[in-house]
Amino acid sequence: MSTASLNIPLRRSAQRSTAEPALIRWTLVGVAVLFLALFLFLPLAAVFGQAFERGVGAYFAALRDPDAWSAIRLTLLTAGIVVPLNMVFGVAMAWAVAKFEFRGKSVLITLIDLPFAVSPVISGLIYVLLFGLQGWFGPWLLEHNIRIMYAVPAIVLATAFVTCPLVARELIPLMQAQGTEEEEAAVVLGARGWQTFFRVTLPNIKWGLLYGVILCNARAMGEFGAVSVVSGHIRGLTNTMTLHVEILYNEYNFVGAFAVASLLTFLALVTLGAKSLVGWKPGRRADKSSAEAAQDNPPAPPEAGVRAGTA
Amino acid sequence: MSIEARNITKTFGAFTALRDVTLEVRTGELVALLGPSGSGKTTLLRIIAGLEIPDCGSILFHGEDATDRRVQERRVGFVFQHYALFRHMTVFDNVAFGLRVMPRRIRPTRDEIRARVQKLLALVQLDFLANRYPSQLSGGQRQRVALARALAVEPKVLLLDEPFGALDAKVRQELRRWLRRLHEEINVTGVLVTHDQEEALEVADRVVVMNAGRIEQVGTPEEVFHHPATEFVMHFLGHVNVFHGRVEGDKAFFGALELEYPNGASTGSLAVRGFVRPHDLEIDLQPGETTLLEGTIAHLNAAGPQVKMELLTVMGEIIHVETTQERYRALNLARGQRVFVRPREIKVFLGNRSG
Amino acid sequence: MDRPSRRGRRKRRILPGFGLSLGFALLYFSLIVLIPLGALIVRSAGMSLGQFWSTVTAPRVLASYRLSFGAAFVGAAINVVFGGVVAWVLVRYRFPLRKLIDALVDLPFALPTAVAGIALTTIYCTNGWIGRLLDPHVRVAFTPLGVIVALTFIGLPFVVRTVQPVLEDLDAEIEESAASLGANRRQTFVRVILPELWPALATGFALAFARAIGEYGSVIFIAGNMPMKTEITPLLIWIKLEQFDYAGATALAVVMLAASFVLLLLINLLQRWASRRQHAYGD
Repeated sequence: MSTASLNIPLRRSAQRSTAEPALIRWTLVGVAVLFLALFLFLPLAAVFGQAFERGVGAYFAALRDPDAWSAIRLTLLTAGIVVPLNMVFGVAMAWAVAKFEFRGKSVLITLIDLPFAVSPVISGLIYVLLFGLQGWFGPWLLEHNIRIMYAVPAIVLATAFVTCPLVARELIPLMQAQGTEEEEAAVVLGARGWQTFFRVTLPNIKWGLLYGVILCNARAMGEFGAVSVVSGHIRGLTNTMTLHVEILYNEYNFVGAFAVASLLTFLALVTLGAKSLVGWKPGRRADKSSAEAAQDNPPAPPEAGVRAGTA
Repeated sequence: MSIEARNITKTFGAFTALRDVTLEVRTGELVALLGPSGSGKTTLLRIIAGLEIPDCGSILFHGEDATDRRVQERRVGFVFQHYALFRHMTVFDNVAFGLRVMPRRIRPTRDEIRARVQKLLALVQLDFLANRYPSQLSGGQRQRVALARALAVEPKVLLLDEPFGALDAKVRQELRRWLRRLHEEINVTGVLVTHDQEEALEVADRVVVMNAGRIEQVGTPEEVFHHPATEFVMHFLGHVNVFHGRVEGDKAFFGALELEYPNGASTGSLAVRGFVRPHDLEIDLQPGETTLLEGTIAHLNAAGPQVKMELLTVMGEIIHVETTQERYRALNLARGQRVFVRPREIKVFLGNRSG
Repeated sequence: MDRPSRRGRRKRRILPGFGLSLGFALLYFSLIVLIPLGALIVRSAGMSLGQFWSTVTAPRVLASYRLSFGAAFVGAAINVVFGGVVAWVLVRYRFPLRKLIDALVDLPFALPTAVAGIALTTIYCTNGWIGRLLDPHVRVAFTPLGVIVALTFIGLPFVVRTVQPVLEDLDAEIEESAASLGANRRQTFVRVILPELWPALATGFALAFARAIGEYGSVIFIAGNMPMKTEITPLLIWIKLEQFDYAGATALAVVMLAASFVLLLLINLLQRWASRRQHAYGD
């Protein structure tokens, strides 16, 4: 078999004259695919493979388990609180950072990434130090009979900590690229604060915001380390889906564990799908690129018909 | 509505954009702020709009102090250099925006808004594009939408920030004339910022020439062009030739030429620069009493309303001369020909006076 | 008449909502992030230096550092090599399912760490799909090798996603001019292309490394968690918390945080180096 027939087409950037021989190309693709298979595709397949190992019936039975259900409910509740809060935070932070100049702005932007630099276990630890029995507020909380640690509030807090930069990090570069001209035009025309935001800014950032929310949601539901520290691990009460997966796995209930895991995996795949969709969305591309397109100089006489759009 | 800017100073960090600038714009007139980049013209415009806040000084609208009024309350129309159209709204929605965000009490009804927007779109000749999005329009069309949008709220003042800067030369010319006609029709007080002197001279009732944060001269287009008050104004508006000479007493000397200069230096000899526009230089084939210098024609361009020439003087300098087609034919001018140049008028600036 | 500026005027912003947005954002961020982190720092200051030192240098702890940092390093290194290949192949070549594979590269980013942990363990344990192939010569699960596998998984997207944009922006003309000057493909790659990729590769490495040292969920299932052998530092922190040894946990956390912050600084510098190189091509 001649190497010439191993036809792996090249993309626009590599011309014929400067391309690698087909053998090299074939090898590289092979290596890449093998690497990804080992580390990416196999785990993905394993989740679903193990979940359905005993058949579809066992799969759904595992999901119907009451403890699994309360784990799902708790996860949904946590995400339901954390995601909207972090969304508002992200929008507020992005608005302040992208539309205004102030001292310490670059420090603030760097600070936002703090939760990413912190190990999940430490993210939980800090709340234990605040609200645990030996924590700062521990005795006071005990006195007033308020349960934060090892209960839902702590789970919510730890999850909020870990996921709070996500929406902000998605919006800040987007809003910075869009600039402030449209908002300035709006206020000159008489629009007040909320009007400007809802009528002018929000439509321009909607895809970035949507993706940020989807990502935040996926990470909130999938958080493990931080929640493991602050949860009481009480079956049916303070276990999120990930914690429940851990418990089932340690009990060798593989079908159960992977069944719940498959739900989370499905959510991850949906998130990846959303990312691709949003990435190809003409609106989103146009959001970023029309910020530069405003500098363009499309020559056309005033009476000419409409030109084709660049959307 | 008249606009008055009094003693405006504005700095951005270490950079001073405006130094103690005072300007008055009369009701109904269209004033051009003309100058190079960094002259402060856009800053001044934005301060009038309320998009920047001056370090000191005040802005008055019709005699009333508006310095502390927020942008939304100033009722000015602003047209941005890069249009700043709302990219996710149609042309119609863009123009209607100002009307839709008015407070309930004074907001017009849906039908009134629609009627007004349609009238404006017809005025800017874009009614057939009402449902398009900005990305589907050409630059000239976008700019007209921006103008219609600014006019929709019936502002007392219209402010335009280099509105035609991002457009093609031909489109720019057409829009310029169109703006002039529009202004005559609507008669709103207008301030236009531009770095294009042709634009300023063609469109404005009065021109304000600015440089490095200060106003160099304010006057009608004829005044600033034919009677520039400073060297900068003369340089900036149109081509100019520079000659070095001396002023002694009430006489000025340029080369061999001696001229009367009544308001000259009272004591001693002062080195000065004389400015002459290319069309103020006359060509002769023989030297005469008022000949300034001698040179050979290095370059000649007769393709145009005037004949433009570049002369290489005996000193090795290049000067630009413009003469009429008749004179060119009468003298039978050609490249390489030796000619003599006589100025009709030389402008000299001592301090800030012109002579 | 000269009107001096008034106090209140100077601070006024043109666009609305500055105070509200920044105020809320700072308040929320302080409550959720800054104050709790501050509590950690304050707590650790309460410990005596001697106590702190003996805690963070206990033999079991030192063994965990070796594993956490060592495996993270190896994992990131593996990612630099193979992740680089993946990025190259995704940008330069066309093959079936390329777009799908491209999207899947972000899986470690979106997948819960616990799910990744149990999935990897299942595959690499002795009767797993891969584990059974390697047994008995190579054991992956419950050994440091397993930890390396898990940390490679975690860091995968970081290198690929950092290198991809740089590759995409690479000018074809540079390669063409190298070829026209007589360089063969290998020389072009080593002398012309690779130098362009160094900043991105280094940044990707640092990002993957930083992420991996703190990783918990995907590791604890496959590691086996044997003290002195396959215990990672985050697990030690967790154990100390379970034993209510807040001080010990805090001490270890401070060490990890210090390492993370040093890495963050390094990453910041690397990113600036990378963007300077990129912008040199008329971005």
